[in-house]
Order: sequence, then structure tokens, then C-alpha cells
Amino acid sequence: MAPPAQSHRSPSPSQPSGKGEVSDLKTQLRQLAGSRAPGTDDTKRELFKKVISYMTIGIDVSSVFSEMVMCSATSDIVLKKMCYLYVGNYAKHNPDLALLTINFLQRDCKDEDPMIRGLALRSLCSLGVANLVEYLVGPLGNGLKDGNSYVRMVAAVGVLKLYHLSASTCLDADFPPLLKQLMLKDKDAQVVANCLTSLQEIWSLEASTSEEAARERETLLSKPVVYYFLNRMKEFSEWAQCIVLELVSKYVPVDSEEIFDIMNLLEDRLHHANGAVVLATIKVFLHMTLSMTDVHQQVYERIKAPLLTLVSSGSPEQSYAVLSHLHLLVMRAPYIFSSDYKHFYCQYNEPFYVKKLKLDMLTAVANESNTYEIVTELCEYVANVDIPMARESIRAVGKIALQQYDVNAIVDRLLQFLEMEKEHVTAETLVLVKDLLRKYPQWSHDCIAVVGNISSKNVQEPKAKAALIWMLGEYAQDMQDSPYILEGLVENWDEENSAEVRLHLLTAVMKCFLRRAPETQKALGDALAAGVADFHQDVHDRALLYYRLLKYDVSVAERIVNPPKQAVSVFADTQSSEMKDRIFDEFNSLSVVYQKPSYMFTDKEHRGPFAFSEELGSLSIGTEPSDGAVAAQRVEANDKDLLLGTSEKEESHGYGNNGSAYNAPSYDASTTAGASQGHFDLVSIDQPSTLHPPSSFAIDDLLGLGMPAAPSSAPPALLLNAKATIDPNAFQQKWRQLPVSLSQETSIDPQGVAGMTNPQALPQHMQGHSINCIASGGQAPNFKFFFFAQKAEGSSAYLVECVINSSSCKVQLKIKTDDQATSQAFSELFQSALSKFGST
Amino acid sequence: MISQFFVLSQRGDNIVFRDYRRDVQKGSAEIFFRKVKFWKDDGKEEAPPVFNLDGVNYFHVKRIARAIKDYLGVLSEESMRKNFVLVYELLDEVIDFGYVQTTSTEVLKSYVFNEPIVVDAARLPTLGPAALFMQGNKRMPGTAVTKSVVANDPGGRKREEIFVDIIEKISVTFSSSGYVLTSEIDGTIQMKSYLTGNPEIRLALNDDLHIGRGSVPSFGYSGSSGTGAVILDDCNFHESVHMDNFDIDRTLSLVPPDGEFPVMNYRITQEFKPPFTINTLIEEAGSLKAEVILKIRAEFPSSITANTILIEMPLPTYTTRVNFDLERGIVGQNADFKESQKKLEWNIKKIVGGSEHTLRAKLTFSQELHGNITKEAGPVSLTFTIPMYNPSRLQVKYLQIAKKGKTTNPYRWVRYVTQANSYVARI
Repeated sequence: MAPPAQSHRSPSPSQPSGKGEVSDLKTQLRQLAGSRAPGTDDTKRELFKKVISYMTIGIDVSSVFSEMVMCSATSDIVLKKMCYLYVGNYAKHNPDLALLTINFLQRDCKDEDPMIRGLALRSLCSLGVANLVEYLVGPLGNGLKDGNSYVRMVAAVGVLKLYHLSASTCLDADFPPLLKQLMLKDKDAQVVANCLTSLQEIWSLEASTSEEAARERETLLSKPVVYYFLNRMKEFSEWAQCIVLELVSKYVPVDSEEIFDIMNLLEDRLHHANGAVVLATIKVFLHMTLSMTDVHQQVYERIKAPLLTLVSSGSPEQSYAVLSHLHLLVMRAPYIFSSDYKHFYCQYNEPFYVKKLKLDMLTAVANESNTYEIVTELCEYVANVDIPMARESIRAVGKIALQQYDVNAIVDRLLQFLEMEKEHVTAETLVLVKDLLRKYPQWSHDCIAVVGNISSKNVQEPKAKAALIWMLGEYAQDMQDSPYILEGLVENWDEENSAEVRLHLLTAVMKCFLRRAPETQKALGDALAAGVADFHQDVHDRALLYYRLLKYDVSVAERIVNPPKQAVSVFADTQSSEMKDRIFDEFNSLSVVYQKPSYMFTDKEHRGPFAFSEELGSLSIGTEPSDGAVAAQRVEANDKDLLLGTSEKEESHGYGNNGSAYNAPSYDASTTAGASQGHFDLVSIDQPSTLHPPSSFAIDDLLGLGMPAAPSSAPPALLLNAKATIDPNAFQQKWRQLPVSLSQETSIDPQGVAGMTNPQALPQHMQGHSINCIASGGQAPNFKFFFFAQKAEGSSAYLVECVINSSSCKVQLKIKTDDQATSQAFSELFQSALSKFGST
Repeated sequence: MISQFFVLSQRGDNIVFRDYRRDVQKGSAEIFFRKVKFWKDDGKEEAPPVFNLDGVNYFHVKRIARAIKDYLGVLSEESMRKNFVLVYELLDEVIDFGYVQTTSTEVLKSYVFNEPIVVDAARLPTLGPAALFMQGNKRMPGTAVTKSVVANDPGGRKREEIFVDIIEKISVTFSSSGYVLTSEIDGTIQMKSYLTGNPEIRLALNDDLHIGRGSVPSFGYSGSSGTGAVILDDCNFHESVHMDNFDIDRTLSLVPPDGEFPVMNYRITQEFKPPFTINTLIEEAGSLKAEVILKIRAEFPSSITANTILIEMPLPTYTTRVNFDLERGIVGQNADFKESQKKLEWNIKKIVGGSEHTLRAKLTFSQELHGNITKEAGPVSLTFTIPMYNPSRLQVKYLQIAKKGKTTNPYRWVRYVTQANSYVARI
């Protein structure tokens, strides 16, 4: 293995092509190959370095292969190592060279020098050429029996590499039992550790198909094996200790005595300077004592100090990792940490990701005795010039208020925030005041007095605006100006971009009307009219619903829109306890840092909604990747999780709410396809003939000649703007705003599918039809494209999401447009263009 | 398990790239770079050291950086580029098929054969191991030893020496009335040994050192000082440290491995005397003007001098102009108004113990003051370095090197330094 040639980045023109230099090198190397003169090795080293540095920057130096090998017939380890680095790079993609390489390495596996034997064996196993695995068996077998521990150490990992290349070869050669023997008797601790890691990986992967492997995996957790490892604990390197401790954490002791023995034995690991060792030890302690409540609590007390020391002694990166674990423990048992709250105060210069965790912990540990001090501290952060920090701090104050009985003082503080007259502070506080009122309606009087003074012009953020509007509607009775403020907001309906705000506005005006009809009548009329005309489906529907309700019976409307409300006692937790327990089970892993169980970020199947948005992050944009301007857009798009990213993500958090994360249908891998399937059924019943409308073939032929879309005799002929452009951001915004106008399934020519090996082929083809690709990505068999087209006259735009399954040749289309009338015509145009792909 | 390891330059090109398991899609380094560089739209939030993108987890790896630094002496883009073959050699021994084999420089020494090309330390600002993650943040300069553990001195012979640094990072928050709200010392005893033959070393610490605050409530500032005892809340030790005699005579014995490593990390919340006190006064002077008076006083003995003191204070966002009035006759200080960040910066090169300095700043605003100006400005934060001073009074009383029949006496360097971690005075 070696630094890859960076094939994904074409060398810039300023870089030397290297041709001349490479042939120079070749000649020089050849001259040196047979030389025995003193100092030859030094000269060779310089040349080797040059070769490798060319290789690293992506210049092809495979032509000097035989010279390199010839020159490496030496005992100089430095030269050998460089040569191994070199051959490893070319063997995989160059079968001719691979065989040569294997010969060369096999010879070195028998060298006198154990260092060379080891290095050669490692390089041999790392070549990764699947059809040459039989050459590995012999050297590996010898390596495992080698007298030198370095060679055995390399061989132990080599077996695992072989397994990944060809599981059957590895198992047929009986390597796992050999590894097990070695693991239980080798004098060298690193050999033992490597045997353990290899066996764990092999048996875990085999366990699903082989009962024997499953049994073997169990024996790793048997008492004799675990005790064997525990007794040799101090011989292991710190990293090997982590692996052993992880194994021990899965061991189930028979009685409490055994538990105490193990804990006493490992006690001193808690004072290790390596945080990984400490966390692994803590995991053992926590998991073993789960069923012993008292002892478990003592463990918490015991690990507190070491954890706090790790948080403050390392770099911010280590701090963050350890703090995430501390965070998990604090969330599980806040009362144990309630007197340590000062440790969670934020320091001025900490990175935001650390501060955010600390704020969470401060909120969790707040109780009657420390709330005053914690809230005082938080208020200091609110005044901070750091805006994200101020926002988070306000949220923290709000959360504390929601979980305390005595919120008196906190409400006062919150209201003081509103008087600070900083826009972000006001916005954040409004959202919280709304939540507080839902839980403590008794505070409405104080709050309303203050909220009433806020000019709605100073509130721009949608969430805050929605909160303010909600209060205006809910407390219309008590707020003198409520109808007039609402009226003003309705007048600006067209300038309001957020659908959420418009929805709230509709409801608030309704509520206000039901209480103060004469004053609100005009506003209501305007709001309903604007709402019914709104292009957003939900806003439109709600306005219509209200209109019909009022027409039907005002008292029914009253009961539906404005029923007596009960105070909310508990706001839904963002994560189910099952989820939290899973994370706890995976203590000392990434799950804790991400605050979600591992299946949510490792298992492709389960990533469902994530996969959708995250996939998009990796889509490449545009049709001409070499173009500088496009590259810049690509960066930006990736960064913003292009299209739907944020909204989809927020929804996905919601899966934790009902605890049904595992069987929620939307976790299905085919989410995106499935969603449009539903629409498709509806559409296709209505218009079964649209899939391949014969009339479109006429257009097709014209388009096939590479001309811009031309009108045919068919009446709904649609002319596209050949030079339509949109930047990805605008596309993203539009895609979010518009409803799906058409969702269809179609198929693609298998020949076209064959052409998809080149990711640029389809975008280029579609461009010929005046349909531009905005983003594309995916891996076989699923590809996803976003296209954009514009009507030749006027500014109507068409946005298309196109999911192609290359194995079934099925295509899912979602079309959005602001010109509903022509969506069908565009769909036909699009499909005919698509059907031409591959047949030209 | 580690699939790939890469080091990128500030511009995003690969300096070093190693694929261990071939299970990650191509272009991961580029994806990583973009993600970090453009973490949030506004670039205000920085990327956390670990994140997941498309099912690939990206980590910041610390220990490998340390091992590489031990070899190269200086960790910088230049040193990495010049020594890339050595770096690859190290990487091959540190990780095999994604599993960490060893990060101990001592162990690596027997496997690694390339010799480092030493880069002049002064020429380049070091590319901290976390450069990408820590844009703009100041880092500890470490032990200031920039010598490779394997490279020989120009004379050809290795100099026998050992460095022991007691580094304390202090965090103090003062309330607006000048009381200490919270304080903490995060200390470390850092060692870097260039001794041949790995002799055993004994480090003696204060006789009255206690570990664990026992029944003393945390953050209790009720007269526990003055007794002279140094009480550590907690500490941890390097693997090589033996504590057999610790309970009897407070000595640690160890055979130091090669390379730089922390002998001991400790944490103290016991009350200590903050090295600086800060006094801030803001007076409104008419509707569009105000005056800020900053006073800083060094509360340590006059035999000690603090270096590179920087005092920062955010000013109201509507501040347009600031006129400074510096004390006369003092060299090496300057004050500046950073318009883009609306921040006042006051640099002082050196402050001698016991002295006091004052800065007057006249602010001009673009809009009339409303409400309380103290809510719009501050807090005042300080960074500084104080050599040969440590507020915890933890000491290395002696450093004994077991002799192995040689007459040459190795050089022993025991150095103390205190740095501000988060030193903040609210106003």
C-alpha cells in the first residue's frame, strides 16, 4: 500500500509531466544496480526518494519498476523500505508487475534479517491483489512460526489482510486456530494483541454463517481467556490495553466477588495518562456494575475526578472526546454531578463545540440548590459578543426554567433579555417565552406586558416571528394592540418568505377574530384571501379549511381553532430512553460523541433520511468539473448539504421521539424511491399513456439532432431556454419552496445505463436538450441527479429530481415547477430526452 | 480502526496520505478539507475534532503527531514535506491494517531507519498538529525543545541532557466586583529525555503534596490557603512512572522512554493568588462618548517578569473610534482598536512583578447610548506567560539520574512556566 496517485485531481499544468525526469532516473538507477562501489547506497537512497516523491504527487513512475527491484538487492533497510512503498503502489493495478513484485517479496520473506522478513511480509499482505492470494499462504504460515516477534506481529495482522482478500483461502489454511494458539502462548504482548484483533474481526464476520465461528467468538469471552488477558495487562502497550479492556467489558462475571476482583485489578488504570485507557477502564466498571445500584453509583463518584482531569489536561480535541462521555454520564445521573457544576462553566477561549456540551450539562445538573448560580453564570454568556453562544445560553436558561418548580426568578431574567434590545437575543427569548407560557400559563400576565412592547419589525427570524404571532393570537384578549399588529403583518403577507410564519399568522388571526371580531374582521378577510392564493400547499389548505369552517358554523370553528388548552407538563424528550441506553452500551465509542447509537451512522440501511441529505453532500455539481467557477459552487453546495439537507435532517431527529426508531417505515433504504412511488400510482392511473406518448417522438427526433427544443405540431409544445442557468443555492431554495407537481416512474434504455459509467455522460446528454444538471451523485446501482430547465419565454422554471436504478433501468422522477399548467408537457419533454440517452 | 491517515496543508493538498484498509471512497481528504474549511456558512463555528460524513468518520489524531514530532524535531509543513519518506515509514509501524501498533517513540526507534532532515525551527511558524481544527487559536509552545530524538548534533555526538518542565495553565474568572468566581490550575510535568542508556530517574516533589481533596468541598475558598500544603484534586501518570515510594517521600521513579511525554498531569482547584488583578472602569462622557480605564496589577514578586501580555476587551458594536492614552515612559506597549471585531487590544511586552499599568481609552460612538454600556462591552480577557513561576507551588525538589559508571554529568533542565488558559475579568 502506498500513497495513491491522486487520480481524482488532474495535475495542474504548472506541474512537470515528469517524462524526461523519469527516464533520467531510469538510466541512473540502471547504472547503480550492479555497483558495489562504496557510497552507492547513499546515491540510491537519493534516487529512490525522488521516485517516491514523484509517485506521491501523481506522476506515473511505473516504468522504473525493474530498476527499482534490481537496486533493492541490498541489505540496506532504508532502501528496502522505500522499494516496498514503491512496489505496493503499482502491484494492484498492474498485474504484470504484481507477479514480479510477489517473487521479489517472497524472496525477502526468507531474508536473514528479521526486520526485512517482517517488512516484506507486511508489504506482501498489503498488495491487495485478490487473484494472487495463494502466494501469501506459505510466507504467512512461516511468519506465524518465525522466531522473531516482529515477524510474528506482522504475520498476525497479515492473516486478517488475507481474510479480507479471500476468506476461504484464509480459513482453508487453518490460520484462525493457529492465531488462537499464538494468542494464548506468545511471549510478545503485541503479537498477542494482534492475534486478538484479527481473531475478533474474523470470527465476528464469520459468526453469521458458521456456528463454529460463533462458538469461537464466545470462547474469547470465556473466563480463562479473559483472565489470561487481565493477568498480562501491564505487558501490553497502551493501545493494546484498550483492545483488551474492550473485550473485558463484554465479559459477564458470575458473581459480585469476581466483579470486585476485576475492578481492583484495573483500579490503577484510572490514573493512566492516556485518556483512551481511562475511558476503556471506565466502561468495564460501568458495565459490570449495572445491576448493582449502590456500587454503580460509587463508580460514578470514583471516575468523576479522573474524567475531569482528562478534560482539562489535554488538547481541546481530547477534552471534547472526554467531555462527551462526561456529558453522557451527567445526563444519566445528574444528581451525582450537581455539586460539580462549576466545572461545567464555559471558559472564554474554548471552542464552541466544547461550550455547547458544557451548557447541556449545566442545564442537566441544575437543581434547587444551584440554580441561582448557574442561571447567573448563563446570563453572563447571554451578554456575550459571541452570538451562537448567546443563543445557546438563552436556550439553556429556558430549559432550566422548564424543568424547575420555582421559575419566578428565571422568568424575570428572561424578560430582562428582551430589554437588552439585541436582535438575536430577542428572537431566541421569544421562542422560549412561548414555550414557558405553554407550560406555565399563570405567567402570561407578566410576559405579555413585556412582549407587547416589542415591535414586530425588530423580529425577523421565522421561529421568533412565529412565536410572537402565536402569542398575539393566544393572548389577543389581553394585548391591546393585537388585532392591529396582526393586521399590519397580514398586509405584508407577500413579503413573508417563511411558510411556518404564514401558517401561524393564519391561525393567530383566526383566534383573534373569534375573540375580537369587529376589530379583526378586515385582517381575517385579507389573510384568508392571501392564504387561499398561497402557492404553499399547507398554507393554502389551512386557509381553505378556516374559510369553510367559518362558513359552516362559527362556534364549531371556535371549538376547533381555539379550544381551552391544558398546560403542557412535559415537553417531548428528544431521545427515547431506549436510544440513550444503546448509546450507553456503546460507551467509549463514537456513538457517545455523536449522541446517537452506532447503527444510525454506520449502517447504510438505517441511515434512511440521513442518507438522502448526506448523499447529496457528496454529489458533484455541474457538467464541467474542470471549470473553476463550477468547482467553487461545488464547494459551497457540499458545505450546505445541498438541497433539503437541513429540513430533512431536522425531521430525522424526530425519529427518536416515539421510540419506534427501528421499524419506522421511512428507515427503509428505498425511502426516496418509495416516497415518490406513492405519487406515481395516483398519477399513472389518471394518465396511463403519458409514459411514452407517441407524439413526443416527433420532438425527439428534432432534439436528437442537438438543436434546442423546437416546437412540433403538438399543441402543448414547450420551448426551453437553451442558456438557462441557476446557482445551486437558488435551486436549493426553490426546491424547498415548491410542492411536487408531478411524480412519475419511467424507464431508461439499458444502453443508456451502460453509458452511465461515465458520470458526466447523462448530464452532457441532457444539456443538449436544454436541461442542465445542477447536482449528481450516487453509486451503482443508484444514481441521483438534479436537473434544471427554464421556459424560453418568461421565467417559469422546472426542477427535476431524477433517481436512476442502473440494474433495473427504472427511473423515478419528481418535477417541481412554478408553472403548473405546463408541468405535464415538460415531463414529456424530459422523458423523451431521457429515452434518447444511450441510443445516439 | 483507522482506514486512512492524512495530513493536509492549509491549502488542502495532501502532505501525507496513507490508505490502510481501502474501504473508504476516493477523495476523502478533499471532502474532509472542504467540510472543515466551510463548516458553517458564516465560518464562525469551527468543526469539532470528530465528525461523520457519508458514513465516513473523520478524526483528529493526536498521538501520531507526537511521535512524528519526536522524530522530526519540529512539526511543520516544511519538515513533513522534507521527511515524507520517514513519515511514511513511521506510519507503517504505528498502524497496521487500521490497528494501532505502537505510538511509543522508544519502541519505534528499533523499527525506523530513515534519518530526519532537520528543519530550522525558527523559520516557520509551526503547523500545530491541530492547525486545521484550531484556526487562530493560540497553542502552548510545548517544551520549546525542537531537537529530534534521533538526529545527531552537528558535532556528531549526542548531548546528554534531560528536560523537565512544569507547565501550569491557569483559569480564573473574576466577578465584576473583583472577586474570584472560579479558578483552576491544570498542570503537567513534561519530560523530554536525550539520555543514552535509559537510566532510571527519580523526581522528588513537595513533601506536603496531597492528592485528593478528601472532605474539602470543591471550590471552597474558606481559608484553606496559608497552610502551605499543595493539594491536588486529582492527577494521572505516564505508564513508565512507579509510585512505590510516593507515599513515603513523594518521589516518582521512572525510566524515561525516548521522546516527549507527560510524567504527570494534575488539576488543582485549591485557592491560589491570581498573578494579575484587573480593574475596569467605564464612564459615559456625553451621549456619544465614553471613557474606559483599564488597570492591571502584577501580584507576584519583583524578581519575576511576565512576558507577552495581551489584554483584550470587546467594545460596543457601534464604537467608531478609540483614542488611547498610554502611560509615558514605558517601552514595549501599544494599544489598538480592531475595528472589524470591535475589540480593544492592549499589548505589553513585559510586566515586572509588583508593578501596575493603566490604559485610558476614549470611545466615540455612532449612535446614542441606550441602556447600560457595561452590557455592551467586555469581558476583559488576558493572555500571558510567566517564566519561572507557578502559582501551585508544586516543585521538583531534585532530579536524580542513576549513574551507569559514566563520569559525565548530564545536563538537567528543570523549568517552570505559567500560562493563562482562560483569564477573564467581567465588568
